[in-house]
Amino acid sequence: MTTEVGPETEVKKESEQLGADAAKEKHEEATESQENQKSEKTLSEEAQSSPSSPALDTQSSPSSQKKEKDPSEGKGISRFIPPWLKKQKSYTLVEPKDEAKKKPVEERQAVEERESQLPEDMAQPKGNLEEATIESQQEAKADDKEEEKHSVSSADTQPAKEDKEVEVEKVADEQEEKEKVEEKRETKEVQTAEIKIEKAPQKAPKKIKTVPCKVMLLDGTEYSCDLEKRAKGQVLFDKVCEQLNLLEKDYFGLLIRDNSDQKNWLDSSKEIKRQIRSLPWLFTFNVKFYPPDPSQLTEDITRYFLCLQLRQDIASGRLPCSFVTHALLGSYTLQAELGDYDSEEHSNHYISEFQFAPNQTKEMEDKVVELHKTHRGLTPAQADSHFLENAKRLSMYGVDLHHAKDSEGVDIMLGVCANGLLIYKDRLRINRFAWPKILKISYKRSNFYIKVRPAELEQFESTIGFKLPNHRAAKRLWKVCVEHHTFYRLVSPEQPPKAKFLTLGSKFRYSGRTQAQTRQASNLIDRPAPYFERTSSKRVSRSLDGAPVGITDQSLLRDFSATTVGPAGEMVFDGEAVGQTKLKNGEGRDKDGSPTKIPQLELTQDEKKLPSRAEGPCTGASDADKSSDETLNVVEEKKQAEVGIEETVVIDEINRGKMQAVTDAEETCKVEHASKKDSSSLSSDSSSNSSSSDSEDEVVGEYQPHHRAAEDIIKEEQEENEDAKRKEECATKVIQSMETVQEGSMVTVEHMQVTAKALAQENAVAIKAAEKNVMEERKQDLRAEDEEEQLRINGDVSHVDIDVVPQIICCSEPPVVKTEMVTISDATQRTEISTKEVPIVQTETKTITYESPQFDGSAGGDAGVLLSAQTITSESVSTTTTTHITKTVKGGVSETRIEKRIVITGDADIDHDQALAQAIKEAKEQHPDMSVTRVVVHKETELAEEGEE
Amino acid sequence: MAGLSSGCGSGRGGSSLGRCSHAVVRALPESLAQHALRIEKGKEVDFARAEREHQLYVGVLKNKLGLQVLELPADESLPDCVFVEDVAVVCEETALITRPGAPSRRKEVDAMKRALESLNLNIVEMTDENATLDGGDVLFTGREFFVGLSKRTNQRGAEILADTFKDYAVSTVPVYDSLHLKSFCSMAGPNLIAIGSTEAAQKALKTMQQMSDHRYDKLTVPDDAAANCIYLNIPGKGHVLLHRAPEEYPESAKVFEKLKDHMLIPIANTEMEKVDGALTCCSVLINKTSEL
Repeated sequence: MTTEVGPETEVKKESEQLGADAAKEKHEEATESQENQKSEKTLSEEAQSSPSSPALDTQSSPSSQKKEKDPSEGKGISRFIPPWLKKQKSYTLVEPKDEAKKKPVEERQAVEERESQLPEDMAQPKGNLEEATIESQQEAKADDKEEEKHSVSSADTQPAKEDKEVEVEKVADEQEEKEKVEEKRETKEVQTAEIKIEKAPQKAPKKIKTVPCKVMLLDGTEYSCDLEKRAKGQVLFDKVCEQLNLLEKDYFGLLIRDNSDQKNWLDSSKEIKRQIRSLPWLFTFNVKFYPPDPSQLTEDITRYFLCLQLRQDIASGRLPCSFVTHALLGSYTLQAELGDYDSEEHSNHYISEFQFAPNQTKEMEDKVVELHKTHRGLTPAQADSHFLENAKRLSMYGVDLHHAKDSEGVDIMLGVCANGLLIYKDRLRINRFAWPKILKISYKRSNFYIKVRPAELEQFESTIGFKLPNHRAAKRLWKVCVEHHTFYRLVSPEQPPKAKFLTLGSKFRYSGRTQAQTRQASNLIDRPAPYFERTSSKRVSRSLDGAPVGITDQSLLRDFSATTVGPAGEMVFDGEAVGQTKLKNGEGRDKDGSPTKIPQLELTQDEKKLPSRAEGPCTGASDADKSSDETLNVVEEKKQAEVGIEETVVIDEINRGKMQAVTDAEETCKVEHASKKDSSSLSSDSSSNSSSSDSEDEVVGEYQPHHRAAEDIIKEEQEENEDAKRKEECATKVIQSMETVQEGSMVTVEHMQVTAKALAQENAVAIKAAEKNVMEERKQDLRAEDEEEQLRINGDVSHVDIDVVPQIICCSEPPVVKTEMVTISDATQRTEISTKEVPIVQTETKTITYESPQFDGSAGGDAGVLLSAQTITSESVSTTTTTHITKTVKGGVSETRIEKRIVITGDADIDHDQALAQAIKEAKEQHPDMSVTRVVVHKETELAEEGEE
Repeated sequence: MAGLSSGCGSGRGGSSLGRCSHAVVRALPESLAQHALRIEKGKEVDFARAEREHQLYVGVLKNKLGLQVLELPADESLPDCVFVEDVAVVCEETALITRPGAPSRRKEVDAMKRALESLNLNIVEMTDENATLDGGDVLFTGREFFVGLSKRTNQRGAEILADTFKDYAVSTVPVYDSLHLKSFCSMAGPNLIAIGSTEAAQKALKTMQQMSDHRYDKLTVPDDAAANCIYLNIPGKGHVLLHRAPEEYPESAKVFEKLKDHMLIPIANTEMEKVDGALTCCSVLINKTSEL
């Protein structure tokens, strides 16, 4: 309930950064902003002084120290990286190398110790840091960037922890500079982080450049190759497809083989090493997008691989079918692989060697043979086509199932398919949401939300929430949804935010070709039908072994371990250790931890890495972008340094409210509402969860199918007319892509903290940075043409306006607004709308806003023309970052605004001030060319949690 | 079961909806007039007329359409036994023997089971004592199943149906005001759902539309009862539709008469309707494909 003044920082890039600290006290102290050095010193001091128990330390020290930290932003990128973060990074690096190899027990102990010790360690490193830095720098210079990274990672040893950290920092700095020049910086940073992590566990010699890689193919054979260590997923995928002589490859993908039954797809746009932790790299080549009409595939060879996949799916039971269908499909398989039935040749038990069904009976085999006889004369390709024509009608064809619970805790399954999202209870379909019906897909922690267009007579859209086993599962589901929607519904993939902005939003997007594109491309295939040999499906059973059918949920384990380790940092867990960790966490996982073997160990190590990443600013989560990671770091740090202060809830909604009011477009409003809802729901959820599950789960992702939405608005009822929609979509896409080209200069960062648990404190910090770029006229012209359309299409337009408007200069003293939940209006809406919304109880809210004088003409409230708007959400352990990027053109000047909202959830343990300062720094780091124009801090403390659930 | 009138051969899908070679019917017992279950007390059943109507009905299937009709004898202890649809769901080569929601009807399954066994269908029995399912709540569209959750059919019954017919999506539809899902709807053609006009019927249709990946055409008729019709696809005769006679539901009959591609066969069902019987209720349609 207590309200603290939220720290607000408005910083213009280089000019002055006011280190705005959360507490008023801090403000006074924080007068001097720009000194990174000071901050570092303080940090080091803090670290040193900080006792083993983080909470206690934090309380005492954080307020003063934090203030100093913030100011550092103004200087070079390196400044932005807070020393502690760096230290943490080093931590991570060091530990994995040494300890990873050690026995699990030791590891556990080590983990615990480290957690407790963290503060100390951090302090120590500083002294060594300088030396380490020097070393690292030298190394870096000698080698390429890549090599530098390697060296960093490789060089690290236990003693070297400090050194490593230093190196990391330097590398990061260098990279950042380069990035400034180039747009690539995000990637680089991310890479560095990852590299560090991965390398550490491997302990590989510095200059190892290739990694053995094995891919289980659909016919059960294994493809092996050596890949450059930094190779992206696309490289491997292309190699495999080349090996397979497959041109229509967009329907396929590589699954990371990790002994879990979860499908983790290799992102072809990212480096492999970021996505897989074990050596050698093991993958499974699988169908990723099942073509709804296989007859439209151009080549027989493509159909053949689809058949192989489906045979696996059927034999494993993933694709259920009836007895008759099993028999029929089996008979086509025989025809394709053996040719016409030959009574002499096929008389005996030839059939028993095939697997047609999970529970294959003699009766079924007899039926298969009986049917096989009727297919006489069918060529293999024809038999495959018949096979597919029957398989595609199966109700579960192409449906990717995910375990979940509904709002009432009932076990259900969520099925993602070409047409939308299907909800199953047991075997029954109990609901269905076609893509056009869905306005937004998001996830927060382990919750997955869809915002649904209002039904005919309804006024409000509703948000429906589902509980996934863990946040990883939620994220996985979210990604699958994003990919499926893009692949099947859009003409071209949504343009990813510019490279620079990628940093901000860890938002994942499907980067491959859409079905429309791949169809177009395959029309151009001009080669004689490739010869290929159909291998006997007898092998299918083998391949099944390789397939991710296992129940073990490594990913879950990882999550746990990561979570468990939490703030302390990076430990190597064995499978057992992980399992234990789970227990500790108290979160009920569906699956048991399987004893880990070597590869798993590596996995575990990776897990270690995850936590470390969280700590380290630069570290990139495998999937999540840097920003998310950074956020994580922030959060964790906060936790470590506990400030006993309860912070008031700052309501972002004030800002948002304005924005919303301005907004005409539904979408924007929806988005914001949704976010609010989510936060509220999250808090409720968190409360409902056992206390153990906290910060980990706070991962958020949002995805709004803009194109679709636009279309939908136009033709709500015409869901089924996909063609028409597609056309529209295409138009939209084109426009957007053009928009994407622009460079945005405005950055708006908002940080919000949402209460996670009963005593959760919420801090919301909104930082808005604005810069104007004079756009090149050519770009303007292009965009100008599209402006109007875009406006219509994009619901986010209003958003832009809003951002512009609020840019008012705020003085050092943040105006404190004590309000009852500003949210209330929204909240009521929510309650009406969505079933799951939790009433907000007893909250005190304070909002502090810092705004830098806006040089923007935008301040006038002139909306300008919206070029593009994007919302990106990234997640980290305890932090959720939502990034809205809007680009507008006003009078020949292009503006890019980035509004970043970071929600930090945590118990009283978290030092919110520090977290805030960190968040601001990171925001600046991420966008050095942009200025922070506004920082809004909302602190929300809920005395009583109300869980809806 | 008549609603399920489709047997599908090797090819599934809407196009094979209505394909039919056999039918199972059952004579009506005299006890029907007095003891058949009914939602509400109404006019007394004219048993003689009921028999005549039923004979006409069977005659159409047998003589006019050339189906092989298995006629089961009546059982006086089972007043509702004429409504064979409720005790078996047949799709393709598989028959699910149901567990009727009304305890008094549970024994009706025995004769049906024997009959279906004689046709060499794969028989699945619903043995779960927590499950109830009336075939009248099962609408098979040729692409998927909709199962009405009514007083006679529960979730568990629907689950077992889904387990039995794994190839198809099975969606549940709440049914409130009517006895069965098919009390106000049925398939009137491939991809064509005949639906009544009442609010409940329209709501159920909306639910079905939302749940389906497929888009169905709808044929809205003024009277809910008339929306229960029997669609068949008979080789040599094409689309055949058995619908309620104009004398009973003139307005609805006019709607059916607009179906130019269908061979329309009006059938009166005045007496059975008094005990909540509809056209589909009185037969189980089966498509035996010899080659399979």
